Amino acid sequence: MSEMTLPFAPARETAATSYLGEGHTLTSWLLTTDHKRIAILYALSITVFFFIGGIVVGLVRLELISPTGWFMTSDEYNRAFSIHGIVMVWFFLVPSIPATMGNFILPMMIGAPDVAFPRLNLLSWYLYVIGAAFTVYVLLSGGVDTGWTFYPPFSTGYSNSNVIPAAVGVFVVGFSSIATGVNFLATVHMLRAPGMTWFRLPLFAWSMYTVSMVMVLATPVLAMSLLLISAERFFGFPIFDATIGGDPLLFQHIFWFYSHPAVYIMILPAMGVVSEVFACFARRRVFGYSFMVFALLVIAVVGFMVWGHHMFVAGQSPFANLVFSFLSFMVAVPSAIKVFNWTATLYRGQIGLEAPMLYALGFVGLFTIGGLTGLFLASVPIDIAATDSYFVVAHFHFIMVGGSVSAFMAGIHYWWPKVTGRLYNEFAAQCAAITMFIGFNLTFMPQFVMGWLGMPRRYHLYPDVFQIWHVLSSGGAAVLAVAYLLPLGYLGWSLIGGQRAGDNPWAATGLEWQTPSPPPRQNFLHPPRVTSEPYAYHEFGRAREQDGETSISGQGDVS
Amino acid sequence: MKLAEFTTAASDYASHVDTLFALLSIISGAVVALVTALIVIFLIRYHRGSRAPRGETPERVDREIEIGWTVATFFTFLFLFWWAASDQLTALALPKDELEVHVVAKQWMWRIQHPSGVREINELHVPAHSNVRLVMTSQDVIHDLYLPTMRLKQDVLPDRYTYLSFNATKTGIFHLTCAEFCGTDHSVMAGRLVVVTPEEYARWTSAQPEGDDLAHQGEKLFRSLGCSGCHAPGSTVHAPDLHGLYGAAVQLADGRTVTADEAYLRDCILLPDKNRVAGFPPLMPNFSGSVTPGQVVQLVAYIKSLTTQSTGTTQGVAR
Repeated sequence: MSEMTLPFAPARETAATSYLGEGHTLTSWLLTTDHKRIAILYALSITVFFFIGGIVVGLVRLELISPTGWFMTSDEYNRAFSIHGIVMVWFFLVPSIPATMGNFILPMMIGAPDVAFPRLNLLSWYLYVIGAAFTVYVLLSGGVDTGWTFYPPFSTGYSNSNVIPAAVGVFVVGFSSIATGVNFLATVHMLRAPGMTWFRLPLFAWSMYTVSMVMVLATPVLAMSLLLISAERFFGFPIFDATIGGDPLLFQHIFWFYSHPAVYIMILPAMGVVSEVFACFARRRVFGYSFMVFALLVIAVVGFMVWGHHMFVAGQSPFANLVFSFLSFMVAVPSAIKVFNWTATLYRGQIGLEAPMLYALGFVGLFTIGGLTGLFLASVPIDIAATDSYFVVAHFHFIMVGGSVSAFMAGIHYWWPKVTGRLYNEFAAQCAAITMFIGFNLTFMPQFVMGWLGMPRRYHLYPDVFQIWHVLSSGGAAVLAVAYLLPLGYLGWSLIGGQRAGDNPWAATGLEWQTPSPPPRQNFLHPPRVTSEPYAYHEFGRAREQDGETSISGQGDVS
Repeated sequence: MKLAEFTTAASDYASHVDTLFALLSIISGAVVALVTALIVIFLIRYHRGSRAPRGETPERVDREIEIGWTVATFFTFLFLFWWAASDQLTALALPKDELEVHVVAKQWMWRIQHPSGVREINELHVPAHSNVRLVMTSQDVIHDLYLPTMRLKQDVLPDRYTYLSFNATKTGIFHLTCAEFCGTDHSVMAGRLVVVTPEEYARWTSAQPEGDDLAHQGEKLFRSLGCSGCHAPGSTVHAPDLHGLYGAAVQLADGRTVTADEAYLRDCILLPDKNRVAGFPPLMPNFSGSVTPGQVVQLVAYIKSLTTQSTGTTQGVAR
């Protein structure tokens, strides 16, 4: 594969041949079926929602500095944390890596000119926009106060807020996940380049494949649960209302049957990104490739059987609790294996600490802590004490923000030169990565402590003994805000003043690097052919050295 | 407010939970330390351009390492599951001689009623070293009674009973609060758990102005609502006799056999068509809307008292 990189000299990457030069009108973007342009559309939209969700939670953290509150009413507070959850889960995290990097990179990674159904791909973005419009309407018309979980009978009979528009927004955006999932499954099955066998797929492609399975199988269940909520709230259908024979726990079963796999929708792509980045910046084959593949598959399958661990105190049978507890411990095994494998990938590597690697290392640390605290919550007695407290809040933020967002940033920085053809300022990016790691820990470590001490979640006013932890957490959130704003600056600047990246600035393996940056409309100038397993970094490095080039020089190497 | 109102381990069970928490913290700390140490060592030793020897490791060794840590992780997790599960199963074993306290939750307060008939709001008095069983229901949305010092929490559901049992070993005033988001004032739906010595509890109960205990209040209600017209032993209407009913197995018209517990009795009053008893015509009127959850508690307490009085004489009553 290494020989294939050489024919593409930087001189040939002119704007005219790239996908960005295929038209500059608004319609050329809004009606495009190019997976790369759709990825950009998605990236812009989810960035907007990331900052909406971020600003809202910034207000929440500001309010929580005082135990008695100081600028919000309890209703406003409840609406703020609800919209934060809804926006961040469904309008940022679920589409984050699959809809942006998955869309852009997956077809290139397997050597395809586009996804299997390019128009379905565009439709999925429009569905996202329609769902997002409902959510913006909810935001502007006073919000929703049920939390992102929509538990009845509160949501169906007691809440005086925009429950139905919020549910419709999430319902619609769910179909965009399903469309993306179907598309990726078909793409991976049908469009692999000659020689790209299943066990030559890079782990990011595997992660997209497994996450698509989960999206396609789980999201319809979310749609069901929201439809039932709306039917009961709007038409009074007796589904969850116990006074007329309904079952309030039924909703929680249906909801978590989606929402636990949804956690894997958020973390599997992150695992894929981190595997790519580790291999590239350690110049090393990913340790235990086949185990990594099976771990992804096991997580995807067993992830469907653990939803009951959200309901240990809900009034479910104690024996059901035991079964769900056992399965939750088991689903942690493949996650642990992955952490060990990433660590072992570093062994005997040629490790560079460029920004993508710093983010990826941050991911491994935070994901490990998030995963281990998951074991606490899989133990029934500890879950009974800690559930619905800040311990749980900290735990899932370690996975979703510490894990998924770190990996999202790692991926953005890793593939940025490919997507835009430009290099960003490496030093600024490294600073942002380190700031993010510090800010994150400062925000969420105190939440573990106060959660175990007994601070319940979703509390506007709280006992003053917990104030110190809330103040620390809010301080961390301020640091985190800086870390999220920094990339807007240096990535934005790179578009104007960034150096040309060249085809393969990281000297990475993988088909996506064997084409100009930014890539042409059809992705490849010559149809690629795959002749070896992924991550052949040893041979790659040797080949470069023999050619007399400076071996593997990353930009701004800190050494 | 003092932190001890949240953090004191006020029962043996709470101490067990704390031990498990400590065990998990130690194991997790060790794993984090191991992974961090390895990463840091590798970063230093194999930094790009360093002189450490590189080269491939044999594939067979790779595979053995992989299988090794997979198996080690699996058994560690299995051990942790076993520890946690055995803690939970021990806590499940039903204690005898319990003091049954009724809890009705509503937006945004806790109503407590003791077997002696004493009521309190947002305050729960219990005797130490006694098995206390809370029988809880909600009048509106889902709430959750959280007793931090007991390390216990249980959702409180509308139109259903859920239970929480504990045995406090430390006297004192502790926190009690709602842990399931229930609307505007969720965060102030809080109160106090007051654990006193059994003697003080007895004194406290007898000092309260309430006249009758729950069962007697229920008996009055039983007459005033007209239940006794059909369910009294000498009645001409063909309705089930309630003596010895509580805890007994009941054959239903649709072939199911259920145990007559609180939830069953409640359903019979509020949703009589749900569980029709075999051999009886569907005459029972529906009382949902005409009795409050508190009154249902009283009626159920009365029906239960009919069993305790007649245990000696009724046959086939299995508890």
